[in-house]
Amino acid sequence: MSNLQELICITCPKGCVTTVWKEKGDIKIEGKICKKGKEYIKQEYIEPKRVLTSTVVVERSPIKRLPVRTREAIPKKKIFPAMNELSKIRIKPPLKIGEVIISNLLNTGVDVIASDDLL
Amino acid sequence: MTTIRNLDLAIIGSGPAGLAAAVKAKQLGIKDLVVFERDERPGGILPQCIHNGFGLQKFKEELTGPEYANRYIQMAQAHSVDIELDSTVLEIDPNRNLTAVSEYSGLRNYHCRSIILAMGCRERPRGAIGIPGTRPAGVFTAGQAQRLVNIEGYMPGENIVIQGSGDVGMIMARRLTLEGAKVKAVTEIQPYTSGLIRNEVQCLHDFDIPLMLRHTVAEIHGDKRVEGVTVVEVDTDWNPIDGTEKLIACDTLLLSVGLIPENELSKLAGVSLDPQTGGAYVNEVLETRVPGIFSCGNVLHVNDYVDEVSNQGEIAARGAFYRIKNRMPAREMRISIAGDQTVGQVVPQTISGELPVTFYIRVKRPMQKMALRIGEIFEKKIPYARPSEMIQVRLSKKSFSQMEPSTTRLKVSCED
Repeated sequence: MSNLQELICITCPKGCVTTVWKEKGDIKIEGKICKKGKEYIKQEYIEPKRVLTSTVVVERSPIKRLPVRTREAIPKKKIFPAMNELSKIRIKPPLKIGEVIISNLLNTGVDVIASDDLL
Repeated sequence: MTTIRNLDLAIIGSGPAGLAAAVKAKQLGIKDLVVFERDERPGGILPQCIHNGFGLQKFKEELTGPEYANRYIQMAQAHSVDIELDSTVLEIDPNRNLTAVSEYSGLRNYHCRSIILAMGCRERPRGAIGIPGTRPAGVFTAGQAQRLVNIEGYMPGENIVIQGSGDVGMIMARRLTLEGAKVKAVTEIQPYTSGLIRNEVQCLHDFDIPLMLRHTVAEIHGDKRVEGVTVVEVDTDWNPIDGTEKLIACDTLLLSVGLIPENELSKLAGVSLDPQTGGAYVNEVLETRVPGIFSCGNVLHVNDYVDEVSNQGEIAARGAFYRIKNRMPAREMRISIAGDQTVGQVVPQTISGELPVTFYIRVKRPMQKMALRIGEIFEKKIPYARPSEMIQVRLSKKSFSQMEPSTTRLKVSCED
């Protein structure tokens, strides 16, 4: 089966190892896994998502970098394109924590927000 | 002649332990308190920990380090906590006299009715693990690299090897990869990672970063700058296996080989330290063996999660409150807590049996389907335990009533 994947559950410290595949449109999971873990593994199989955290360049301030993050998780495959977008950003103080730095990042519907105050 | 100011409570450090202690102390009604912070901003190490995963327990949200710090700074401001920035505590003594210095206020002396130690921990440096070879530029601890990248905006190098699979090391493997570096390998001397499974998956697997278990850096090469490292496989006693040496070309080596509680000030005050944790011996309200001096967070023992660090700050604040009001309910610390050979460390080390207790336990080696026992009063089956995941057990005051009144010792044990 080409759609076979080995996935480790991270919902708890146990780190259960599962084998996941698609059969007639259904997602099958092999390996002992709890209810909460099942949901995670399914999502991870369909489309793995991650919250991206990084920094952007600050100008005209003794502070050199501002930490930022995506407000919600974005598809894993968009992480490097997103880093590329972040590298183009130049900001100046003042900015408050939670302020939008990039709205609708790469059409994901997710904003990039400041994760610290920049005074 | 400098004047001596009296304080009810001095808190040393404004990281997640110190800030939580300060907020809790204010809530309990301790008005006369000062937090001493040697940095220019509060938050301790949190501002450079820009990744998420903080605060799941405390705020039911996954925050980044700066966001978590911000929440506590807001709370501290709301409670008018006095945080003295740029102020280094130089000395404390067993009578709770404290000397601090800052550029603006000079040298100041205090007498404190109670002191909470919240200084955090330091990274184990190259010297502590004795890697042979030359001494070129390009060897950093993982936390140093984290500060360079996230605060200063500098990359430490382009081709990187990371020695040790601690959480900061794995998080930096991801961070440096995102910023365009090539992380060639993470080596770990043990047969398992020393950080959280979540970080192994999301920091290493996600980016196809090779994890070399049972491997260590045997030698560093390079004259002015690191040019490569020799990694070698080790046997079960950590001895290098001949013929397994491999040269990896790189310009940077990061070390993520453990954290050590920063107890230089504690020692000055005569606080005795537990060789297992590297932190103070404490009771259930986290009072050290010097009355009126408390210890919490990573200066007490290295924690896995920031939420725990803040929880301990709150426990210590309650302890300080009892001390200040002369209402310490636990008068006699008559019961000693000791782990058997399966237990790596346990906090607290003594209890009164008259207050609820949170036990923090680490096993010595990975275990499955184990039974955790605390004397005769507690038993729990735990499916899986590893040294990198601290086990917590909360026992109510009532649990101790089943104990023989003459009990002086409770043994903590884990059985496969």
